[in-house]
Amino acid sequence: MDAKDILGLPKNVHPLTQEKKSRPQKDSQRKPDGISREVYALTGGVPPLMPSVDTSQLKKRPPTDEKVTWQWLPFTNSARKDNLQLYHWVRVVNGVPPTGDYSFAKYNKSVDVVRYTDEEYEKFLTDPMWTKDETDQLFDFCERFDLRFIVIADRFPSSRTVEELKDRYYSVSRAILVARAPSPGDVSGNPLVKEPYNVSQERERKRALSMVLSQTKQQERKDAEVIAEAKRITESRMVAQSADEPELPVASNSGLENAEKAIVLGDNVSPSSNAQLPSAAVSPSTLIADNALTLASLRMLRVYLRTYALDQMIQAASSSAGLRTIKRVEQTLQDLGVNLKPRVPTKAVCSEHLELRKEILTLLNLQKQLQYKEAEGSSFRDSPYETPGTPKDRMFIPDSMSFGGERVGKRDQKRKAPGRLTEAPSSPAQSKRPRKLKASDL
Amino acid sequence: MGKPEDGEKKILSKKLKDVEISVPIVYGNAAFWLGKKASEYQSHKWTVYVRGATNEDLGVVIKRAVFQLHSSFNNPTRVVEAPPFELSEAGWGEFEIAITLYFHSDVSDKPLNLYHHLKLYPEDESGPMSTKKPVVVELYDEIVFPEPSESFASRVQNHPVVSFPRLPAGFTLPPPVPAEDASRKRRGDTKDHPLSQWFLNFSEADELLQLAAARQQVQAHIAKLRRQISMIDGQHQQSKSVSDQ
Repeated sequence: MDAKDILGLPKNVHPLTQEKKSRPQKDSQRKPDGISREVYALTGGVPPLMPSVDTSQLKKRPPTDEKVTWQWLPFTNSARKDNLQLYHWVRVVNGVPPTGDYSFAKYNKSVDVVRYTDEEYEKFLTDPMWTKDETDQLFDFCERFDLRFIVIADRFPSSRTVEELKDRYYSVSRAILVARAPSPGDVSGNPLVKEPYNVSQERERKRALSMVLSQTKQQERKDAEVIAEAKRITESRMVAQSADEPELPVASNSGLENAEKAIVLGDNVSPSSNAQLPSAAVSPSTLIADNALTLASLRMLRVYLRTYALDQMIQAASSSAGLRTIKRVEQTLQDLGVNLKPRVPTKAVCSEHLELRKEILTLLNLQKQLQYKEAEGSSFRDSPYETPGTPKDRMFIPDSMSFGGERVGKRDQKRKAPGRLTEAPSSPAQSKRPRKLKASDL
Repeated sequence: MGKPEDGEKKILSKKLKDVEISVPIVYGNAAFWLGKKASEYQSHKWTVYVRGATNEDLGVVIKRAVFQLHSSFNNPTRVVEAPPFELSEAGWGEFEIAITLYFHSDVSDKPLNLYHHLKLYPEDESGPMSTKKPVVVELYDEIVFPEPSESFASRVQNHPVVSFPRLPAGFTLPPPVPAEDASRKRRGDTKDHPLSQWFLNFSEADELLQLAAARQQVQAHIAKLRRQISMIDGQHQQSKSVSDQ
């Protein structure tokens, strides 16, 4: 009798809902009772990672000679100074209430702030930047706020930076510690002496941190682009080097030739790394260089699959484009009804596919340019209804639409229709005009 | 296929630069549901294979294929020493099969890995399973040999299994090594294969047509964008000259 019988299902229906795992080992150890076959098959007979409690243990009763009651009893808290008496429920075993301090009292920690005498101050602690009153105030606050310097700086009467406060506190503590020690060796291990507070380093650290945190997304992206580009260049250099290696015996007598090669390579690559404008992302010379390098690295494999080569070429061609651009290229491919990966990747199909991708990249760049110009134009004319919409939304919808209209079936057109509605109000005049033309073309 | 003699091998292992030999292959599986005969662990009978895209004999290029099955099978590493490179088994689960292809010594000393996810159950699960019609999943790909050795090139120059490039001008290949004929006698092609009626068709022409149509659209679009941009540029010049006045 199994689940199918219980549910009254016919026997000949195949259990599609069953786990599609491969068949479990026939000769594995016997599964323990109480575990279903499917669950046991998942573990493959391996002992569990988590320690498990034997089920018989769970039902065990505590020893019966203990008589446990709960009582509402008063208690005092040693962490308090006001001797306030409160009540709480206590577990009482055999009528004997627990003794000792309140169990949470130990969590009341306080900082040991060093105190100094007037003579000590006169002798060791005078500082032209600080008066004694100010220093006293600082130490009071340090004790009161448990060295929370941000709070201290906030409450401090005169305006001092957090770094200044910290510096004063730590230097005073250190001076006192050293002065009171019988010999310098006794306190050399103390963290206050061992690692003195460094104001200038701390200021620099905070400045650098705030610089990183205040970076805009664009700057961050630019940095990432530069780093990616640098990585690509070093990689391509490495490939070029190893590709040159087999010919080394011939070229070794003229080291000049190699040096020349390196220079030429450097020249080829540098223009794209200098290019700051995203619209000029793919310059043709780097594309050709990319291809050549990819081919060189493929040749070294001696044997490879056409689909692997295509993947490599696509990667090389889009290495200078951002992730979002790559996504857009793929979206466009889908809108055009083209397989992202060719179904019959022959050499001719692959090169056509690559060309198509490059053309789409050009198209996207042109769209960006057009958008930029439109925005520029609308600021020229200063007409309120032509302010550009959000770039992302506008860039793509008109395109996928016209592609859909031309090629993709009616079903797809319907799916895209809402895009037209949401997009229409913010669309500037320029992008409307060509779409009307398109409609008449159909 | 015998091992070429060492001396011969040295002479013939010259590399052909700027020549690329590719072997179109199709790999995948066909799975039949066993219907009434299905048991819990053996619900399907399946065959995984690597075949020539036009069902030619791959034996001229591939020496051996190793199929790595799931570890729950007896002897999960299955070696097929001669074409056709296929393997039939019975089971109930889908899993990834790693197929390692080893080539003849003059072709490549490096093996090539393919990965195929065995498929037993039809894509749309609601449909009834049939014992007559198998579930077939196939992928087209090409094994590419950049800079093949001269002996390999001359051996397969006129063989239908490879797509052979046009040789650069002034290139001549030595006559084929006669040892190759012996292996030809054995039938390794899959033309009369019992499963051949289920093999899928891979049409390069369809794919090229689709791509050409897409490229045309994109190019038209590019041209249109260029026109728009130049139009806006013109407007800017106008408005600039207007504002200058």
